[in-house]
Amino acid sequence: MSTAGEPVITIRGIGRSYAMGDAVVHALRGVDLDVARGEYVAIMGPSGSGKSTLMNIIGCLDRPDTGEYTLNGRQVARMGDSELAHVRNREIGFVFQTFNLLQRATALRNVELPLVYAGVGRHERHERASAALVRVGLAERMHHRPNELSGGQRQRVAIARALINRPSILLADEPTGNLDSHTATEILATFDELHAAGNTIVLVTHDDEVAHRARRIIRLRDGKIETDIAHA
Amino acid sequence: MQLGELLLVALQSVRANLFRSMLTMLGIIIGVASVITMLAVGAGARGAVDKQIEALGAGLLSIRPGQVFQMGVAKASEKLDIDDVTALLTDGATVAAAVPERSGMEQIKFMNQNRNLRVVGTTANFAVVQDYSIDAGRMFDAADDVAKRAVVVLGAKVPPMFDETAESIVGKTIYIRGLAFRVEGVFREKGTTGFRNVDEQAWVPLNTGRYRLFGTTALDLISVKPMRGVGMQQAIVDIERIMRREHQIRPGQNNDFSIQDPRQFLDFQQTAANIFAYLLASIASVSLVVGGIGIMNIMLVTVTERTREIGIRKALGATRFSILVQFLIEAMIICLLGGAIGVLLGLGVSRLLTAVAGWQATVSLTAIAMAFGFSAGVGLFFGLWPARKAARMDPIAALRYE
Ligand SMILES: Nc1ncnc2c1ncn2[C@@H]1O[C@H](COP(=O)(O)OP(=O)(O)OP(=O)(O)O)[C@@H](O)[C@H]1O
Ligand SMILES: [Mg+2]
Repeated sequence: MSTAGEPVITIRGIGRSYAMGDAVVHALRGVDLDVARGEYVAIMGPSGSGKSTLMNIIGCLDRPDTGEYTLNGRQVARMGDSELAHVRNREIGFVFQTFNLLQRATALRNVELPLVYAGVGRHERHERASAALVRVGLAERMHHRPNELSGGQRQRVAIARALINRPSILLADEPTGNLDSHTATEILATFDELHAAGNTIVLVTHDDEVAHRARRIIRLRDGKIETDIAHA
Repeated sequence: MQLGELLLVALQSVRANLFRSMLTMLGIIIGVASVITMLAVGAGARGAVDKQIEALGAGLLSIRPGQVFQMGVAKASEKLDIDDVTALLTDGATVAAAVPERSGMEQIKFMNQNRNLRVVGTTANFAVVQDYSIDAGRMFDAADDVAKRAVVVLGAKVPPMFDETAESIVGKTIYIRGLAFRVEGVFREKGTTGFRNVDEQAWVPLNTGRYRLFGTTALDLISVKPMRGVGMQQAIVDIERIMRREHQIRPGQNNDFSIQDPRQFLDFQQTAANIFAYLLASIASVSLVVGGIGIMNIMLVTVTERTREIGIRKALGATRFSILVQFLIEAMIICLLGGAIGVLLGLGVSRLLTAVAGWQATVSLTAIAMAFGFSAGVGLFFGLWPARKAARMDPIAALRYE
C-alpha cells in the first residue's frame, strides 16, 4: 500500500473531441488535474460540460486525443490490453450514470462479475457478492434481474458491484441521482467509510449537499476546469 | 476467467436463443449427417467388394472363346480345347495352374424327381484352384478323369433339392441325361459369385463330360492361376502370347479368345459406391460451408445484440482474449450440438440404407470422431471473425450502444 498524499491520478492537458458529421464537439479541452491518494473529490458542472467524458478517461475506458494521463505512476497510453483489463478490474470501481448492469443476469450474478474476471472461485464469489448486496440493503432482491428492480435498487446493485473488488479508486457518476434521500444518505455514508479507510473517491454530482461531503470540489464548464476548491 | 465459467455463459446464451440456434445448426446437422453416411457407405462398399473378391477365388484369369469375324460376319468360335491347357501349363512361365471347363444345362433325375441344372466338366484340380472344399465324400481324381468314370460331385444346394443331405446322397446314383452317375462328393456352400449360383451346379470329370454328355472337345472356359508374385497384366501378356501361337494367329489378326480378370466387374460396383460417396462428400462440404456461414451470421447478430454486455464485461475487467474465447465457445457449442444431432441423423440414415438398399453401411467411431472434429473446426473457423469483432470493441463505444 502507498501512503496518503502521493499522486494517484495525474492528468496533463488532456483533450477529447467527437466528430459529429461535419461538426466537431470538444467534450474536454485541456484539462489538468492531480488527485492524491486518499482524496475525496466531487466534480460538478452543467450538463454537457464533459464530466462523464473525464470520468471515462480516468476509469481507463476511454483514451484522450491529446495530453497525458498517469495512473499510479504508469502512463495509461502505454498500457496493453491485459494491463488495462487488470486496472479496470482491480484498481478502479466504476458506478455508471446509467448503471450498466447485465440485463440477463441476476443482481447477484452482476455483483459477482468483477470477481469472475479476477479469477475468484465460485464459492468465495458467492459469499462476497451476497454480503455486498446485504450491505446495500438488497438481501431480498439478490435473485432478481435488473428489469425487476427499481431505479434506486439498480443503482445500489451497481454500487455493490463497483466496490466488490475493493478498488483503491472509486469513480461514481451521479451515484445518488436516482435515490431517495434516505438511501442516498446511506450510500454516502458508505463512501465516507471508504474514504476514511484510505480509498480515493471521485464522484460526479449536481447536488451541492453531496458535493460538500467531499473535501475538494472541481467545477467543469465547456470541457475546461473552471474552479478547483479544497475545503476542510 | 475460468473455462467452466466461459462454458456456462455460452450455454446460457445458446439456451436463451434456443430456436434461433437450432435453425442455425441445420446446415451443420445435414453436413455432419452426410459425412457420417458417406464414411459408412464407403466402408460398407469396400467390405462388400472384399467379400465378393474372396468368393471369386484369389486372382484367377478367365480365358473364353471369342468371336472371329469372317468377311464382316461374326461367328462364334469353338477353338478353345485341351491342347491349349497343355500348352499353357508347359510353356506358360507365369502359369501356376490351369483348369478347363465345359458346361451345359442338363436334365438331372434322382429317384423320381427331375431338375434342370448346370453340369460342369472339369479336371480334378478344379477344387484346389477354385478354392472349393468338400463337405461330404470326395472330389473325383485324375484317374476318374482318365477312365471317364461316371462320377459326379454336387454343389451344396443340390442334395436338398432331392430331399437328401450331403452325407446321405454320397454313394447314391443320379441320372444325367439318362446316364447313371455315382455321387462321389458334395461341395461346401460357396455363395453367389456375381451372376451364377454355383451351389446349384454339378461337376463331372472333363473326359466323362466330353464323351458321355457334351460330345465335343471344345471348352468354354479355362481358368488360369498365375504364379505367386506375378502381376495380372504380366500373366495376361504371357497367356496371350501362348494362345496366339497355339491358334496360329498371324500378327495383325485379332484374337479368337478373350482373357478376363473377373475382378473387373467388381470395379464397377466399387465405382458406383465411390460416386455415391463423392456425392455425399460434396453435399457434406457444401452444407458444412453453408452451415458455417449461417453460424457466422448468427454470431455477428449475437455480437451486435450484446454490444452493451461486451462493454460492461470489458469495463469490469474482461480482457480481449476472454471475450474472444467466450464467443468462440458459443459458436463451437452450437456447432457441436449440431454435430451431435447430425451424428444421430447419420446413424439413422446408415441404418436405413442397410435395411432398404442392403448396403452394409457401418458407422465407425473414427467417423464419429471425424464428424465432431469437422463441426468443431467449422465453429472455430466461422466463429473466429465475429468473436474477434467482439473482442476488439472499444469499451466506451460498446457501453454507449443502444
Ligand atoms: N460518443 C459521443 N459522441 C458525440 N458526442 C459526445 C459523445 N459523448 C459525449 N459527447 C458530447 O460531449 C459533451 C460532454 O458530454 P458528457 O457526457 O461528458 O457530459 P456530462 O457533463 O457528463 O453531462 P451530464 O451532466 O448531462 O451527464 C456533450 O456535448 C456531449 O454531447
Ligand atoms: Mg454525464
